[in-house]
Amino acid sequence: MAAVKYTEEEELLILEEGHDPHFHDHHHGDDKYRMSFISHYIFSMDHKMIAKQFLVTGMFWGIMGGLMSLVFRLQLGFPEESLAWLKPVLGKWITISETGVGSLDPEFYYALVTIHGTVIVFFVLTAGLSGTFSNLLIPLQCGARDMASPFLNMLSYWFFFLAGVVMFASLFLSTGPFSGGWTAYPPLSALPQAMSGSGAGMTLWAVSIILFVVSVLLGGVNYITTVLNMRTKGMSMFRLPLTIWAFFITAIIGLLSFPVLFSGVLLLIFDRAIGTSFYLSDIYIGGQALDYVGGSPILYQHLFWFLGHPEVYIIILPAMGIVSEVLSVNSRKPIFGYKAMVYSIAAIAFLSFIVWAHHMFMSGVNPFISNFFVLFTLIIAVPSAVKVFNWISTLYKGNIRFTNAMLFAIGFVSMFISGGLTGIFLGNSAIDIQLHDTYFVVAHFHIVMGVAAFFGMFSGVYHWYPKMFGRFMNPVLGKIHFWVTMIGAYAIFWPMHYTGMAGVPRRYYRFDSFEAFSYFGEINQFITIAAVVVFAAQVLFIINFFYSIWNGKKQTTVNPWGATTLEWTTPIEPGHGNWPGAIPVVHRWAYDYGKDGRDFIPQTEPLGENESESH
Amino acid sequence: MATETVVHDEVEAQEIWEGGNRPFKASYGKLMMWYFLLSDAFTFAGFLIAYGALRFSSPTWPVPDFVFSTAPFGLHNWFPGGKAPLIFVTFMSFLLIVSSVTMVRAVQEGKRYNKRGVIWWMFLTIIGGFGFLGCQAWEWSNLIGVEGVTISKNPFSVQTESGTYLKLDEIAAFPGLTKHEDHGVTYFEDVDGNKYFEKVDHHGHKYGGESFDKGDSYLVTYHHGAYQYGAYKDAGGNLKTEKFGPKAFGALFFCITGFHGFHVFSGVVFLLIILINVATGLYHERKNEYEMVEKIGLYWHFVDLVWVFVFLVFYLL
Repeated sequence: MAAVKYTEEEELLILEEGHDPHFHDHHHGDDKYRMSFISHYIFSMDHKMIAKQFLVTGMFWGIMGGLMSLVFRLQLGFPEESLAWLKPVLGKWITISETGVGSLDPEFYYALVTIHGTVIVFFVLTAGLSGTFSNLLIPLQCGARDMASPFLNMLSYWFFFLAGVVMFASLFLSTGPFSGGWTAYPPLSALPQAMSGSGAGMTLWAVSIILFVVSVLLGGVNYITTVLNMRTKGMSMFRLPLTIWAFFITAIIGLLSFPVLFSGVLLLIFDRAIGTSFYLSDIYIGGQALDYVGGSPILYQHLFWFLGHPEVYIIILPAMGIVSEVLSVNSRKPIFGYKAMVYSIAAIAFLSFIVWAHHMFMSGVNPFISNFFVLFTLIIAVPSAVKVFNWISTLYKGNIRFTNAMLFAIGFVSMFISGGLTGIFLGNSAIDIQLHDTYFVVAHFHIVMGVAAFFGMFSGVYHWYPKMFGRFMNPVLGKIHFWVTMIGAYAIFWPMHYTGMAGVPRRYYRFDSFEAFSYFGEINQFITIAAVVVFAAQVLFIINFFYSIWNGKKQTTVNPWGATTLEWTTPIEPGHGNWPGAIPVVHRWAYDYGKDGRDFIPQTEPLGENESESH
Repeated sequence: MATETVVHDEVEAQEIWEGGNRPFKASYGKLMMWYFLLSDAFTFAGFLIAYGALRFSSPTWPVPDFVFSTAPFGLHNWFPGGKAPLIFVTFMSFLLIVSSVTMVRAVQEGKRYNKRGVIWWMFLTIIGGFGFLGCQAWEWSNLIGVEGVTISKNPFSVQTESGTYLKLDEIAAFPGLTKHEDHGVTYFEDVDGNKYFEKVDHHGHKYGGESFDKGDSYLVTYHHGAYQYGAYKDAGGNLKTEKFGPKAFGALFFCITGFHGFHVFSGVVFLLIILINVATGLYHERKNEYEMVEKIGLYWHFVDLVWVFVFLVFYLL
């Protein structure tokens, strides 16, 4: 390493931030800054490139998860139809009868449901959503040159990538991927002989999840530290855009809940691999008593849901943050109740840690304990309602621009209300006796944290696409994408509420063979057709996304949406370090829209002489 | 004048969060270490909660004073009754805690830019860490190799009723038993296949004729490298055999102390790497008060703190 002479300013920077070459400002001749293809596109330490890596990997898993759902929807909607045409893709998982009718292997059906859930929850809506936008926006909107530790940030992505590779490999096992449900409850997950997917498939599943936890923690410490330590001058906590508040608190939740999943899965691995009995007791297989004594499967459920419930807020809070920002920018109005929004995010985060057992009302937990969890579950409705009220009030009398990002943001609010209301039903332990494990639950969580979070993600992609690629996505394709997805998602999940209330259980291979459920055959067909249409719309989105990277309309102004936040003060295609000159100084909050007769006032503009800061 | 200072302090307190600043007066690296430790605390909390749940769902639990009553080199024989309850583990905990003290000194010398001091105190810390790991290695090998506790077997148990151990001829006196012999050990078997051995411990001590009370700790009968079912008669004169202790004890003990030991081990490795960097003068040049030493110090104290909780649940409660 050549001896580098530092200026006084740089010396100070090194003292403050540690010895890290990425924080030097003007070093253009330096070899370190001439990035090769590999250090620019693959092992990149630039938070913007890492964000794109998270996004594209997330999209890959989104397509995988979506395709899996299509296969099992085809099975549910048209159980009599031949699936022989899938034989070239699914191979031995399609068995062809003598009459030439191909049918889906039931065990593989369970595998599809399991992996669909796992990859959408963890890889798409955690890594793909929070990973993408936390990386892209935290440094840009806080006014930092990069994350606190770009190196750990890079590791975070590559651990996620490895987790994906391991999960992907499990799809090709001859015994099939894990098929005991995305929650991986023992004994199905703990006994390799329980079903074919519980063997090597479950081993790879567990390894993948462990790698994923490492990725989340590496990302999380970075996000939190960057928000606390690296904000630019003048960017007080209450001047942060709500996106950053959401990512910040999401990272805290992840930091406190994922380690518990880590403990839980580690004990599960011990049960599988070295013969401990943490989760197993008194089990007979084929009439033979197994050697396991004294464990408790409920213990696993507690450890799992201590992550599992905060996890749904890890998924939805970033979407909420994105939506708050997009709604405000495109209504040309300050967000209504900024501080109430911040406090409700914090309240949701706190409550998310004390409601986990509402996933276990029917697992045999003490019914009196359930009361406690019912109470806190229902209290979550309060901060959630505050947020919904504020979003609607932000729209009220706004000068609304129906950009694609805005459409998806409004769609998010709609989905969040619809799905949130059914949550109030499910939060009651008494009603849960009827509704647990039915399609009512499936409809509830798909709308409130599946579709809604996807809407937040789409909103963010359309809104910040120019920041990522310097071009715009095609708005017409975007509008088709929105309307088909919006109507289609309701068409898929709305009917499920009715089947669920009638007691149709989730995770069944087929319903036509049951007297009680065969009645819903046509509804299932309708749902399947809607699912195919919605998936087609997502293909349109993917095409639009990749086509626009090279051929989209070019961004010509630095601030195309007329937004106040700092990311739009960078050049159209910012280099590593974000701002070519000094980092801008912030003088006001992020929501000065329509103030003093002006359309918007950027955060970097000093307060006028007689101007007071709004909040 | 006093009011002015108050106003000044208030302004300063507000400015801390105004951006372009480090609100906790800590560099990003130190903050990241704190947050990592916070998450690690939750990992250990997950394990300890699993411990609590399994322990309190088990009808009995081995008594630590009885389980952990040996020491290397036969030192426990110097204690009354040949038992040294918790003496060895106290020693190893002391070693770990002292290594935290030496770590504090290393950090202090770092702030004074005294390279030799840092090296000396870090060296002592590493010795302490290795010492703790060595003690743990002995404890594990003693539990596994000598006393026979494994992740799936636990010969330490607690009596659930009062009774009296039986001599061989007393067992033979019960009707319906057939006599067997294996490797020179005599035992009896009933029609259901239950086996009855005379109770003997590792040292060959025979317990025949000795009585015990409900709640007494015991180590299951041991004959020639295998645990056997020691025979006793209960208050009603019925023939019974000893039971193994709850399996979860061994599994939890090895997994949790193992996970902690792994932390100590990685800590020692990091300490060694950092010691080398200190010796080459790398941190001295950075002029940041040997911050790396302080960061590994945070980790080291955390590992210590976790041991306090592990010690509490496995050895004291």
